[in-house]
Amino acid sequence: MDFTSISFTDVSRHFGRRRALNRVSLQCAAGEIVALLGPNGAGKSTLLGIASTLLEPSSGTVRYGDVDRDRDLRSRIGLLAHDLYLYPELTAAENLRFFAQLHQLSDVAGRVERALASAKLVERRDDPVSGFSRGMRQRLALERALLHEPRLALLDEPFTGLDDASSAALVERLRQLRSRGAIVLLATHDLDTIDGLVDRALLLRDGRLIPIEDGPGTLRHRFRQAGR
Amino acid sequence: MRFVAAAWLVTRKDLLIEFRSREIVYTTLLFAVTCLLVFAFGFVRDGRAVEDAAAGILWVAIAFSGTLALGRAFERERQNETLRGLLMSPIPRAALYVGKLTGIVLLLIAVEIVIVPMAGIMFQAPMLEHPLMLAALVLTGTIGFAGVGTLFAAMLVRTRSRDVLLPILLYPVTVPVLIAGVRGTAALLADEPSLAMARLWLSMLVLFDVMFVTLALWTFETVMTE
Repeated sequence: MDFTSISFTDVSRHFGRRRALNRVSLQCAAGEIVALLGPNGAGKSTLLGIASTLLEPSSGTVRYGDVDRDRDLRSRIGLLAHDLYLYPELTAAENLRFFAQLHQLSDVAGRVERALASAKLVERRDDPVSGFSRGMRQRLALERALLHEPRLALLDEPFTGLDDASSAALVERLRQLRSRGAIVLLATHDLDTIDGLVDRALLLRDGRLIPIEDGPGTLRHRFRQAGR
Repeated sequence: MRFVAAAWLVTRKDLLIEFRSREIVYTTLLFAVTCLLVFAFGFVRDGRAVEDAAAGILWVAIAFSGTLALGRAFERERQNETLRGLLMSPIPRAALYVGKLTGIVLLLIAVEIVIVPMAGIMFQAPMLEHPLMLAALVLTGTIGFAGVGTLFAAMLVRTRSRDVLLPILLYPVTVPVLIAGVRGTAALLADEPSLAMARLWLSMLVLFDVMFVTLALWTFETVMTE
C-alpha cells in the first residue's frame, strides 16, 4: 500500500552540540509541491535527509501515511541531493541501468531510454559521466532520482547548474509529478523560478520552520517579509 | 530482490569501475610487490631465506595491500556520496556489504595470484607443493581480513581521519586471522610440511570468517544509519 502523506511531528536533529532542526512539524499531502527556503545552513538538507530515511531524527517522529520506515519504503522515495550519487567512471546509461536494477524495476531498458530522453542525453548515453558538465550531471541525477516513479520526491537545489531551457523543463517535470500524485519537497534558493509553481513555501531559519503566507506580491517579497 | 542478485549487482558495478580505472589493482599490486622486495633484501642471506620468513612476509603484504584496497574502494563511494545512493535503494543493506566485500576479495585475489608465486621465488619457498591447501589458507585469510575491513571502511567513510583510523581499528581485530594465516602457511612451507597443522589453522580461519562476517552482516544496517 502506498502512502499519501508525510508528516513530521516535533522533529529535532542535533549534530554533536549543533542543533540543525528544532521541533519541526510539517505535513505534506499527495499532489503537493512544498518549497523549503532559507539561508545556507538553515537545516533544509537535514530535513530532506530525515525524510529520505538516510538520517534519523534525534527526537520527534516522521510518518509516511501508514507505511513503516523500512527498506520497502525506500523504493517509494526519490532523492536528488547536493552530491549527485552518480559514478563518474560509468556512462550515463550504465548509471541509470544500475540504479534501475537496484530498484528491481520492470522494463529497465525502456525506462533508461526514456530517462535519457528526458535528460536530453540520448546522444551522450555511452559517454562516461566524468566528461559531463555540471548541468548535464544535474539532469542525469534528476532522472536517476525519478527513475522508479517515487511517491515522495526530495529535491535539494534541483536547479543548480541548469540553463534556462533545462530549468523550464524541470518546472514542467515538477508539474507532471504533482499531477500524478507525488509529494514533492523542494529545497531551493531559486525563488523566481519556483514562483507560481509551488503550492506552499516554508522558511527554515535556525532550524525552525516559519510558514510564508499566501498573498499579493512575489514569492521573493513574501519570503523577505517572513524573514523579518 | 533476491539477496544474492542484489549483492552481485554491487560487485559487478565495482568490478566494472575497477576494470575501467585499474586504480586499485595497480596501486595495491605495486605496494605488495614493493613490500616483498624490501623484505627480500632484509631476510634473504646468501640465497637462503630466514625460516618462516616467506609466510610472514606474504601475509604482511596481503594485510598492507588489503588495507590500501579497502580505503580506495570506499573513497570512490565517498567522493560522489554514491554510498548514500546505494543506501537509498531498497536492497537489504547486508547485501550491499556482501557486494562490496566480494568485490574487494576478488581484487585482492587478483593481486595474490601475482604475489604468492613471487614470494615463492624470492624466498625459495615451495609454494606449489600443496597448492590447494595454500589457496584455501590465502582465500579464507583474505575473506576474514576483508570481512572486518569492509565493515570498518564503510563505518569510517564519512570521518575525516579515516585513512589513519582504518588500520588502527583493523589490525588489532584481525590479528587472529593474520596469525592463523602465517602459521598455516608456515606449516605448509616448512622443510617438513605438516598438512595436519595447516588444516588446523585453516579450520581456525574458517571459524574466524564465519564469526566476523556474521557479526558484520548483523551490524551493517545499524552502523550505516546516521
